[in-house]
Amino acid sequence: MATNEYDPRIVAFLCNWCSYAGADLAGVSRLQYPPNVRVVRVPCSGRINPLFIFAALRRGADAVLTSG
Amino acid sequence: MSTPQAGSPDGVPPVGAKTGAVLVVGGGIAGIQAALDLAESGYFVYLVERKAAIGGTMPMLDKTFPTNDCSMCILSPKLVECGRHLNIKILTLSELVDLAGEPGRFTATIERQPRYVDPDKCRSCGDCSEACPQDVDDEFNQGLGIRKAVYKLYAQAFPNAYAVDRENCLDCGACVDACESGAIDHDMAGETIQVEVGSVILAPGFKPFDPAALEYYGYGRLPGVVTSLEFERILSASGPFGGHLQVPKDGREPKKIAWIQCVGSRNKRIEHGYCSSVCCMYAVKEAVIAKEHSREPLDTTIFFMDMRTFGKDFEKYYDRAREEHGVNFVRSRIWGVDKSGENAGMLTIRYGDEGGRVCYADYDLVVLSVGLSADPDTARLARRLGLDLNAYRFGEPGEFEPVSSNREGIYVAGAFAGPRDIPETVMQASAAAGEAAGQLAESRGTLVTAREYPPERDVYGAAVRTGVFVCHCGINIGSVVDVPGVVRYAAALPGVVYAAENLYACSQDNQASMKEAIEKHNLNRVVVASCSPRTHEPLFQETMRDAGLNTALFEMANIRDQCSWVHQAQPQAATAKARDLVRMAVAKVALAAPVTGAKAPVTREALVVGGGPAGLTAALELAAQGYPVHLVERTDQLGGMAYRLGHTLKGRAIAPFVSALVEKVLANPLINVYTGSTLSQVSGFVGNFTSRLSGGQVIGHGVAVVATGGQEYRPAEYLYGTDDRVMTQLSLAEAMEKNDPRVASAQNIVLIQCVGSREPGRPYCSRVCCGKSMRLALSLKEKSPAANVYVLYRDIRTYGFYEDLYTEARDRGVIFLRYEPEDKPVVEANPSGLTVTVPELILGRPFVIDADLVALAAAILPGDNADLSRFFKLPLNQEGFFLEAHLKLRPVDFSTDGVFMCGVAHGPKNLTENIAQAKAAAGRAGTVLAKDAVVVEGKCSVVNKAKCTACGVCELVCPSGAITVDLEARVSVVNEALCKGCGACVSSCRCGALNLKGCTDEQIMAMLAAMTTGSPNGDTPVGVVWR
Repeated sequence: MATNEYDPRIVAFLCNWCSYAGADLAGVSRLQYPPNVRVVRVPCSGRINPLFIFAALRRGADAVLTSG
Repeated sequence: MSTPQAGSPDGVPPVGAKTGAVLVVGGGIAGIQAALDLAESGYFVYLVERKAAIGGTMPMLDKTFPTNDCSMCILSPKLVECGRHLNIKILTLSELVDLAGEPGRFTATIERQPRYVDPDKCRSCGDCSEACPQDVDDEFNQGLGIRKAVYKLYAQAFPNAYAVDRENCLDCGACVDACESGAIDHDMAGETIQVEVGSVILAPGFKPFDPAALEYYGYGRLPGVVTSLEFERILSASGPFGGHLQVPKDGREPKKIAWIQCVGSRNKRIEHGYCSSVCCMYAVKEAVIAKEHSREPLDTTIFFMDMRTFGKDFEKYYDRAREEHGVNFVRSRIWGVDKSGENAGMLTIRYGDEGGRVCYADYDLVVLSVGLSADPDTARLARRLGLDLNAYRFGEPGEFEPVSSNREGIYVAGAFAGPRDIPETVMQASAAAGEAAGQLAESRGTLVTAREYPPERDVYGAAVRTGVFVCHCGINIGSVVDVPGVVRYAAALPGVVYAAENLYACSQDNQASMKEAIEKHNLNRVVVASCSPRTHEPLFQETMRDAGLNTALFEMANIRDQCSWVHQAQPQAATAKARDLVRMAVAKVALAAPVTGAKAPVTREALVVGGGPAGLTAALELAAQGYPVHLVERTDQLGGMAYRLGHTLKGRAIAPFVSALVEKVLANPLINVYTGSTLSQVSGFVGNFTSRLSGGQVIGHGVAVVATGGQEYRPAEYLYGTDDRVMTQLSLAEAMEKNDPRVASAQNIVLIQCVGSREPGRPYCSRVCCGKSMRLALSLKEKSPAANVYVLYRDIRTYGFYEDLYTEARDRGVIFLRYEPEDKPVVEANPSGLTVTVPELILGRPFVIDADLVALAAAILPGDNADLSRFFKLPLNQEGFFLEAHLKLRPVDFSTDGVFMCGVAHGPKNLTENIAQAKAAAGRAGTVLAKDAVVVEGKCSVVNKAKCTACGVCELVCPSGAITVDLEARVSVVNEALCKGCGACVSSCRCGALNLKGCTDEQIMAMLAAMTTGSPNGDTPVGVVWR
């Protein structure tokens, strides 16, 4: 795509019980958002090893969202 | 699904035997809780609900007090659990019309209205609703929004299916044509069915008071006047305005909002003399949440008579609302609401302040805090069943029988039994379930079924053979995402040997074909790309088990809720994202290994700590369910504080009741009593505790109930302890029982409220004292009508039907004087008596009483709970009372599984409430004891002993106390029964010795790798993924 607009690639680690449920609710409510986020569901935000964040960034993610 | 009447083909139990099934009427939170408790305790449940979906009032609420949890979010897991339970049959659009037979063997007749939509076929896609031309006022949104004639009650409803509202249906057939799964049939007929049950729980709830009857509030006449339930919908993100705070109809953002309390409550003129118990707290909550919603500073004012924040952690919420959030509170009487003459578009509230002066104030929005009324339909049902109702037409149970009706075998719970909040409703529901379970103990397990599965296939060492199923979900996914393209793409991914598309992956026939594909293609991993694993994973995992595969060999790619639904205008990007999500799921599932939960046998005995009325009741209820009980009491005598209490609020003598309880306990062969004993050591976990007593006895038990009670505050104020004419409320009750001459001769008696409660060091309401003072004042007036009885108070908190006592006390001439905490009454001794000086707020000058006797409503303090807290890892709140697993929905559970609590150990409450909670704790404990074994899910952390250095970080971070360092072997050990699988220890392990079964580091790393490297066949080159 020939655009100069910054389109960051975001990896989101979401807790199954709250934020992942929130992302589902966004769907149920048909709230539209940009398609540049990839969600990794985790059983708890405590599951997010700091190494996952490094790994995501190293593999080309521009930003990482952790939410729980 | 198997029929509930297993064991007898015609559904009739053998002569004389009780039926091991229960009918629960009302699908609100009470009915749901009772149904779940009973089904988990080994009884089949019919849950009857009038509406098209279960849920009741809770789904309409935005947030819940005092934790501000989202109401729908905390309810939703219970809805799913209830809906999926094999031993709960949910009958929506149904009503109980007749009940014949006797306790233990009832025949219930139920009328079912047609739904006109087959819930098994309905995919809940909403196409029908979109096609429907007929707009109807949405009752779920309190008429503030519009729904169609074919509708789903609310987004998360169970059954997750639409229904046709035939009253408003045009019969145009548009919905029938729109439905791709052919679920709609306008010719469906209703039916009348009969079911056999052993007992009945009535939990049909309440009706919000309709304020149109009270014209002076302007409801219906002025658009800016709304009810509190309407305001909940205004606040709710799923409400008619998407959570945008606005005045209905004109859409303005309000800058000033007022709440008017006691609308339809504490009003004798309209025969609503009772207090609705919940309105003060919900109004405070609504004011706080409204302030959070509003973009501009919002002025919120609550007009009230007495602020009744009497529940656990309520007073602190009120304090914070006042001090931190700046909510205004005005003690007042409302005269009327009208259009403002000065500010266009605003409303004027005309009110009298405490001094009786008439005042005016203008607001954009006026919220009427409407009370809880009895539902006339329910009253009719009660009459049909021959149940007594109280003067306000509630099914109020007796003070010693808090869930019983006048008809044996029929129990009551929730707001039908009297106005109450959610935790008390849940508590009462568990109590009713416990009683029903006790009554039917001999038939436990006779009508329930368990699902059978084929043995699991061994997949260890086998090459990965993944099957991918991509769902269209009608047009929900298919209209945005190129599903055939995703299928072609998936087929080329590593390890994938089979890929297919489904119109509806979750439908019955597709489940069968999925099972067939697993067998035919020898699949050993499955990925379903469809909706959310939160709602559908259990369904697909069930199919996995049917096909002989371990459920851990399954993954979902959420390409609907988190893809097609949220990128509706970007089909290409959504398709690319769907491909990525499938690729990640395929990478994750390739590394999946079977996870098997451990099974540990349950010691089917209970430990009850505390021998007061709560502990005694819990012990008796558990014994009634057939379980041996070990009752441990610290003192040498059973009965606890109850012997000092005198009479209940409605005048029943307490001591004989407690003596009878003690006798029943001592005579019960299933109950072992250990007086003069405390716990000295506890080990184990749910189902398998071992406790050592101070006397050396060792007890094995599967559950524990904590009922350790509390104690009375010894006041340091008002000359207590230095003058024997100043006594506590409890001592006054005792003195009256004994005809103490100090009381008999007293002509001027002063009762001072809130002594040691609602103070900075003790910021909670002791709850029972207001009611108790009413009782004492009435008894004093009865004994000597000429005596003057004064009650000095801050707020009178006679919630529920206790308000009648307050009314009666005023009628009998008891004098009520309010004081401010900054300017307390002063008690001085003089040779002839006591002088009590109160700064009188209306007259504005001190009021002096020559008193013969002063009684202090001393606070209720927690007991010494430190040891038990440590033994069972039970948290305490700031004040030292035990803290439950969830303030709203798990009021008797601890976060430590298998441990429950009741009584004052949980927080101040009166005898009736203690008994109810004790029954609830026994009911909840019964759900554990009914099982032969506790099954651990198995998705636990696991230790690689070779890497572990025994540093102990995991032990520190584990919130469940499930991992400990074995100091001898110098290695961490996981207790799988306690592990909740959160993975916090895994993330904290610096040696990489820990991993989480079902969600390993390698699996997440593989997902991250797959996310960015694209597929190996080159159709998505590196670097353009996501673009």
